[in-house]
Parts: sequence; C-alpha cells; structure tokens
Amino acid sequence: MEDAKRIRSGGPAVAVRGHDIDTDRIIPARFLRSVVFEGLGAAAFEDDRKQAAAAGTVHPFDDPRFRNARILLVNRNFGCGSSREHAPQAIMRRGRGIQAIVGESFAEIFAGNCLALGIPCVTADAAAVGELMARCEADPGLEMYVDLDTMRVTAGDASFPISMPEAARHQLLDGTWDTTGELLSARDDIARTAAALPYFSGWQPAS
Amino acid sequence: MSRTLFEKVFDAHTVRRLPSGQYQLLMGLHLVHEVTSPQAFSMLRDRGLRVLYPERTFATVDHIIPTHTRARPLADPMAEEMLQHLERNVAEFGLRYFAPAAGEQGIVHVIGPERGLTQPGMTICCGDSHTSTHGAFGAIAFGIGTTQVRDVLATQCLAMDKLRVRRIEVSGRLRPGVYAKDVILWIINRLGVYGGVGYAYEYGGEVFDRFSMEERMTVCNMSIEGGARCGYVNPDRTTYEYLRGRDFAPGPDAWDRAVSYWESIRSDPDARYDDVVRLRGEDIEPVVTWGITPGQSTPVGTALPAAEEFPEADRPLVGEAYRYMHLEPGRPVRGTRIDVAFIGSCTNGRLSDLEEVVRHIQSGGRRVAPHVKALVVPGSQRVRDEAVRRGWDRVFRDAGFEFREAGCSMCLAMNPDKLEGDQLCASSSNRNFKGRQGSPTGRTLLMSPVMVAAAAIAGEVTDARELFDIESEGA
Repeated sequence: MEDAKRIRSGGPAVAVRGHDIDTDRIIPARFLRSVVFEGLGAAAFEDDRKQAAAAGTVHPFDDPRFRNARILLVNRNFGCGSSREHAPQAIMRRGRGIQAIVGESFAEIFAGNCLALGIPCVTADAAAVGELMARCEADPGLEMYVDLDTMRVTAGDASFPISMPEAARHQLLDGTWDTTGELLSARDDIARTAAALPYFSGWQPAS
Repeated sequence: MSRTLFEKVFDAHTVRRLPSGQYQLLMGLHLVHEVTSPQAFSMLRDRGLRVLYPERTFATVDHIIPTHTRARPLADPMAEEMLQHLERNVAEFGLRYFAPAAGEQGIVHVIGPERGLTQPGMTICCGDSHTSTHGAFGAIAFGIGTTQVRDVLATQCLAMDKLRVRRIEVSGRLRPGVYAKDVILWIINRLGVYGGVGYAYEYGGEVFDRFSMEERMTVCNMSIEGGARCGYVNPDRTTYEYLRGRDFAPGPDAWDRAVSYWESIRSDPDARYDDVVRLRGEDIEPVVTWGITPGQSTPVGTALPAAEEFPEADRPLVGEAYRYMHLEPGRPVRGTRIDVAFIGSCTNGRLSDLEEVVRHIQSGGRRVAPHVKALVVPGSQRVRDEAVRRGWDRVFRDAGFEFREAGCSMCLAMNPDKLEGDQLCASSSNRNFKGRQGSPTGRTLLMSPVMVAAAAIAGEVTDARELFDIESEGA
C-alpha cells in the first residue's frame, strides 16, 4: 500500500492560535447528527468563524489567503474534550484538505483519531510553533513540510525538530495506520487472550 | 514484581506487541451509542466484516433523544434517521440494544454500571470520551473515535500505547456541602486540563475509600477534562456490594471466583507510580467554573482571578474566557444571575444526585426563581422510574423544575434541549466549552447538582451551604 505511507506532507499553512481549543469548537455538536462524514469540511470552526466575523475580524479558516492550506499550525492541547472523530474528519475535508498538524501539544484521543485517518500530529516547542505561525501569517503562500523521516518541519529557510510517539511515526512511515487488518490477523491470539479472562464469556457457575 | 491495577489489567488484555511498538489490547466490553457508530458500521459493511464478539457489545441511544416526549418519529429528521440507523445496525449485527420502548434506555455511562455490565478488571471502550466513568469500578475505560469503533467491532481490539499512572490521593474528609463534583473540579484546577495527557489517573485515599460508587463515577467521569484518557479507583467492598444482584453481574455460583479476580487486579501496596499527587479533603470547597475550560474554576465565594495571576502563556485564554462569559476578574462568581439550571448528564444524572437535591429542596418548600428555566434530566429510564416510584417527580415539579425523560440532553444539546442566545446556565454537566450547550454564544457554569439547585432557587449563583443551611447539618 504505497499510497498509505505518510513520509512527507506539505504545502501552504494556516495558523489557528490559542491553547485548549476543544473539539466542540472544531466541529459543534449539531453537525454530528449526520450519519456520514462527508460535508463536514465546510463546518469546521463554524461558530468561531461566525463570531470572528461578528466582531469584525476574520477567522483563519475564512481568510482567502489560507484557502489552499495543507498544514495546520496550533498551540497547546489542541483537540481536547469530546472524542468525536468528526473533528479531524472536518479538518481533513476542509478546502484542499489538511494533511498534517503541527502544534505545541495535542489531546490524546484527538491525536489517536488523526492517526487512524493517516494525519500526523507532530509537536514542536512553543518558540518553534510561534515562529512557524509568524512566518505563515506574514507569507501565506509559504510552503511548509513535515518530514517524518528526518523528524523536521521546514518553512522556507527555517527548520525545526519535531516529535511524535514512535509507534505512531512507525505506522505513518510504513503506511500501516489502518489497523483493522493487522489486528484481525491475530485471531487465534485474540481468542486465547479472551479465553484466559474469567469474565469474557460471562461468569459461568463453578462446575 | 508489584504492579498497579492499570498494568495488571493492561497485561491481562494484551494480545501481542505490534510491529509499530504498540500493544494489541483486547476490549472486554464495548458500548455503542447512536452518534459515533453509524460510520463505523458502514465501514464494516464496506469491508465485508462482521462484529467479532457481539455478546461483548451493547448499544443504546442517548445523545439525540428528546427528553420532553418519547414520540416517534423524532421531530428532528436527522435525529430520526440516526436512530433508525442504530436500530438497523444492532438488528443486522446482532447486538443487545437497550431500547427506550423497553424502558432500558439511558446515558451509556449510566446504564453500563446500573446493569452490572461494568465490572472490575475489564477493559472498556466506547466512542465517547466520558467512558472514563467506568473506571470507578477498577476498569481501564476510555473513549475512542469512530474509526477505532470500527476496529473494536471487527476485532474486539485496539492498537494502544501504554499509559503512565499518576496516583491522586485525597486524604481526610470532605466538609459538609462539598461533593464528588467539587473534588474533581478541584483536581482539574490544580493539575490543569492538559496535566493528565499521557496518564491514567488512579484515585485513592480516605475520601475515595468512603465514596459511594456513584461518587467515584462522578470523579472518574471528568478525568478526561483533566486530560487523562482514563481514571480509576481500586475495587473494594463498596464496589462488590454495588454489583451484587445486578442483571449482568456474576451470579451467586460465580460470585466468590469473581471477587477473587477483582481482588487480584488491585494495585499492589508497594506498586510504583510515575507520579503521586496528594490533596487534603478538608481544603476542598464548593467549586464553580467561570471560564471556557473545566480548569478555569474557583471556590464559590472567592473573587475571580486577574489575568496577571496566570502564567503569561495562559493569559490570552483567560482574557478570551472573561470576554465570552461576560464576567469580570476581582468579583466573586457568586451573585451572578443565571437563566437556566440543568441537573443531569453522565457526570451527575444518577439516583444519588437526584436524592441529594430532593433532600435540600424538600425542606422549607423551596421554589425555582421565576426567571429561571430549570431542568432535571435523569441519566436513565431506570433512574427515572425509581425517582418516580419515590415521588421525586412531584417534589421537583412542585418546586418549579421540569422533570424530563432520560438522556444526555443539555450537556451537549444534540437534542432539542438547548440554551438560547447568550443565556447563562448553572449546570451539573462536565464541559463549559464555548457553545457546548447548544447556543454558539451560550454560557455554562459547572458545579455540583446541589449548587445548581441552589442557583435555580436563588436565581443567581449562591453558596448552597448557606441557602440550605448545610454547615449546621453535621452539628
């Protein structure tokens, strides 16, 4: 599965500033009433965008200069709160599609959901993220690249080290982030583990 | 070698190590609800897969269900379609469904424990971050996304990293009028909303030893609000007595064997933790959130903090919170006029929550302030039925509360129960995020159910200990 490998992602970036941006903000709950993920891209950050507009400012996701973004830059604890996969689904379906997220840190379930969709969430220190955001805002066309082989993010002549959990990196580099097949291949081991648990088949009366 | 409960349960459920370095972890119990599952079932169909262990998978409807009527079809066509998908999926894949028509429906995190499905020493997952609730029984329980729901349906397994374990000990006693909700809000305030990322929280100490199962559930429920994907309490006699006789709990013939398994997975006395935090129960006060994250909170009588009191990196968020909430630093949150009061949710929608509120509103013929809309939403139909059997529906209605059908309701407002405009809601739920309660500009103050009831009656945030004369109760 050559095309499942996520070694290098890149393109123009968009910065959404702020700590603790929760998944209710990324995709408000009313959009979760659909039984499909298609169409969520247009609703990403819907309420934040409307409130920015009402306040006479422009949310980065509404700013035409960032329309072509492929990289999302964020701060600390991005994606906290609800486990809704609709959040990364909305982000990856927005515009041309966000392919990688660079931030100071991520909430765990969010990062896991991204991994399950093949989207790397990589972290860099606060100064590096600040510099990337500043460069992105000063030059919206500037292409940035997240390289999981060298574990660096580059933006023009600047380059910073990035990190992510080693197992997630391994899965993205190998293209094995879609885990269903791999998990199911261990069927006998699954059955053996289940049989060793006293409760798994229901608590049976002592014979 | 001595181990924590987390390590023991994780090891017992490890199928194998994966080439990536992650562990293939078997799930002992998979709970399913209507919102995060339809796409997962579609993916199964697309791949021609079945549910590997349907007998370990249980479903209900909670997020979208209206609480003012049980009539079908649901008025919201999207909600009706979503519910029909769930009904079709559980029928097609052969899953046990706790249906409204059978009187078995409720919030997934209320009915799992209530039916005895949730047991010590299990791994439990659900497409819902508040799955951490089930850790109250000494289970490793956590939320997952929809693609992972697909994996669990198809394989009963997840690819997981091992978490570190932080023990949080609360010693001594809580003072009168201080509840489990205050304990977890206090912990999150001190450790931060990001402090728990990478950790499982093990709660212990005298306060937890004394807590009922429902109090333990309230704390474990909000572990995720502190960044910890799961939180747990070691099982003990309180746990076993709660479980005895419940529908899916071990029967008398298997009881002793079950208890010995449950005892065996408790953290060893000399287990090593990656971190230990110690708090004193006596220090904890009734807490109210004032901001847009569950960590932005303060004791009810204390002046709201100035931005300068926070690290520089946090100040923009503090300013954003004050602007959004229309609150000002330097003044206490107490005295803030509210528009709506909500008692319910997977955090505080259980029988003991309603009981404690009833106890206080009953004495002295208290009534909800005329300008306040007050909702009581039981966490399950069984909670509701029992409340009605005890006559509490009349107590609530007589006091001016609406007593509704079971569901998630205004915790996240995917059903018709929503804030309007910038209404301010005193809420016993778990999240005060911007727009969380259904209006993009709606505002939420998190607090214990008794504090919500006090706010509903006073018409403004107030110290329930004074309104209900709680300090003198113990005297």
